[in-house]
Amino acid sequence: MKAYLSRRYVMSASHRLYSEAYSEQKNREVYGKCSNPHGHGHNYVVEVTVGGQVDPVTGMVCNLADLDHCVQSNVIDRFDHTNLNFDERFSNEVPTTENLCIAIHNLLAEHFVHADLERVRVEETRNNFFEYAGKGKHGTSSSRS
Amino acid sequence: MILLTRKAEFSASHYYWSEQLSAEENLRLFGKCANRNGHGHNYTLEVTVEGEVDPVSGFVVDLKELKEVINRQVVDVYDHRHLNLEVPEFKHAIPTTENLAIAIWKRLENQIDGAKLHRIRVYETPDLFSDYYGEA
Repeated sequence: MKAYLSRRYVMSASHRLYSEAYSEQKNREVYGKCSNPHGHGHNYVVEVTVGGQVDPVTGMVCNLADLDHCVQSNVIDRFDHTNLNFDERFSNEVPTTENLCIAIHNLLAEHFVHADLERVRVEETRNNFFEYAGKGKHGTSSSRS
Repeated sequence: MILLTRKAEFSASHYYWSEQLSAEENLRLFGKCANRNGHGHNYTLEVTVEGEVDPVSGFVVDLKELKEVINRQVVDVYDHRHLNLEVPEFKHAIPTTENLAIAIWKRLENQIDGAKLHRIRVYETPDLFSDYYGEA
């Protein structure tokens, strides 16, 4: 039987939303206070959903310790307490939470091998969150029927 | 079609241990969850049903009835119990969050008048939860 397991992680990072393709004024218009020159920060919540057959012996989709280790070493260790604009992933891309969500999904898709990566959700604040389930897939699990 | 979700809570104890594995393997795989004295959680259960809105009542299901079914089938059986020792479906299956979601699905499937079960979500802690959609 296929089940889905979700785990939430917290990381704190700063960013500035600013595109070199825009003028100063256009950046201000598009990103507002998010483009303030010295950046600002968030406590991000990263929610990772994996899916797969429940192992009849262990009763688990995957070992939580493997998931924790993968997320810690590939995502949290990389982004926590950093300035996202200085991460090489964002050298040519604005570190919006949409792009961060896609970046985290791609990192986990590459490194997590113990179950299927179903979805990554990143909460920037309790009122703003973004979901990515891979190219062409719908990010909201409640759409499943 | 519309989805409707009702939450419920129960507190229970459990431990993770497979008779099919050696003691060393159990400890390696399950870590502190393998402590045979058990430990406990405040679980939050979300039951999501799907159906059409009744044109007269405006309901997908009668929420009071849904609450009664959840209480009778799940909460009354699991709350303040040791899942491994006191709940029949976990006599041989480990009460992981995944297996809880599947077991609760089976307890509620076909018990809800007028709506179809869509999803069972079980939170073991606010940061860890499992979903089951009835998939094989």
